[in-house]
Formats: sequence, C-alpha cells, structure tokens
Amino acid sequence: MINCEKASEICNKKQYREASFLEQIKLGIHLLYCKTCATFSKRNKKLTILCEKGNLHSLSIAEKNAMREKMQNFI
Amino acid sequence: MTANQLNPDSWVDLYADYLFNYTVARVSDAEIAKDLVQETFLSGLKSAKNFKGTASERTWLIAILKRKVIDHYRKINSKKGKAEVRMNYSGQSDAEGDWLEERVADPISTLENDAIENEELGLAIQECISLLPKKQSAVFVMKTIRGLSTEDICNELGINPSNLWVMVHRARTNLMGCLNENWFKS
Repeated sequence: MINCEKASEICNKKQYREASFLEQIKLGIHLLYCKTCATFSKRNKKLTILCEKGNLHSLSIAEKNAMREKMQNFI
Repeated sequence: MTANQLNPDSWVDLYADYLFNYTVARVSDAEIAKDLVQETFLSGLKSAKNFKGTASERTWLIAILKRKVIDHYRKINSKKGKAEVRMNYSGQSDAEGDWLEERVADPISTLENDAIENEELGLAIQECISLLPKKQSAVFVMKTIRGLSTEDICNELGINPSNLWVMVHRARTNLMGCLNENWFKS
C-alpha cells in the first residue's frame, strides 16, 4: 500500500516515462480507491498531452546568457 | 491608470521563451528564430525611449518582433523570382485527374485551425510557465521541454532527485491551475 504523496510522485514520474513497472502497478491499485489521486492523475495526464500539443520550444541557459551578454554590450 | 514601464534586465528571463515560441511557429527554424528574438531585444533597447507605456512590455516587444519576422521574409524573398508560388508535378498520377481542384483549400477541413489553436496553446503554456517561481520553471522546462534526464538536471542544479520531483509536482499543479484559468475558460 502506498500513500497519496507517493502516488502523486509516481504519477509525475509516469508523465516522463520514468516510473517502474512495479510502481505503476502500485499506483494503479491506489487509484482504484482514492478519488483525489484519480482526479489528479487524470489532470496530470491532460497536462502532458497539452504540453505535447503546444509544440513548446525553449532556449537553453547558455543561449539566454549569450543574449543577455549581447544586450549588455549594446548599451 | 499606471503607465507600464520597461525593465530590459528582466526581458530575457520573462519573454525569451515566449517570443521564441512565437517566432518558431512563424519561421520554422530554431536558429533563425533565435536571431530574430535577439534582434528584437536589441531594437527594444534602442527604441526604449519611444515606449509610451500604453501597452504592456510584452505586447510592445511582440510588435517589434512582428516587424522583424516580416523583414526576414522580405529579405529571403528579395531575389527575383523567389517569391513565386511553385508547384511540382513529379509523378505520373499528376498528369491525370483534377489536379488543380485537388490543390484548392478544402472548405470543410479544420486541420489548419488545429495548427492555429496549438500555437495559441503553446503560448498560453509558455505564459503560465513564466508565472511560476524561478526554480520550478527551471526544473519544469528542463524536464518537459528540453527533455533532459533526471540525473543531468540534478547535476546542473545541484539538487537531489526527490527534490526534483517535489519541484516538478508543484510546477505541474500550478500549471494545471493556470491553464484552467487562462486556457479553458477563455
């Protein structure tokens, strides 16, 4: 048996495919009787799908630092 | 009404990713997009004295960026003939049937709306991410957008894995709330 805190951690790991098989089973059992976590799990999954759909891009820290530097030199 | 003020020191932190997403959707090349964002920041610095404070900082930067994107397309199309629309008919099958009609936009298709909606969704998410506490957004971006491994992130930020997952959890909960407000309600 796992508590809700552990369940949410596994659920988060699952969004990044980092939950082990055993963990996923534990989570699955927990979700059967815990409504709160089941709702959280559903919303968490939705967020993952949204992030994939949004086609997100970001600049790395190094690239941002380079930008900052160019701005500094510009002034 | 209080006038908006410019604070160039925080531009990169607050708007770089937002502007970058906006640009990638328009020029579909990360390298060019990065350069355009950089130019936007520099132009912003240059014309900061013209900022009247009627628009928000981000709106003002987006306005500059729009011009940069247009200029970019002007530049690459400036050589004669480049701006033509070209159709290639390569296969045998092109020689028969209603080929021209098939290339006309399908009035029932909603595929292009999907692309527009996804871009707006991307910007909405990016906006929500920029509202997160700095540490949470750093972890979330590295994990979700740049897809780095847990180990790499821990090394780079000097935290341990359970720390990281707590951070991810908080970021995700915050984002769910933020998107509920800004995406699903509007």
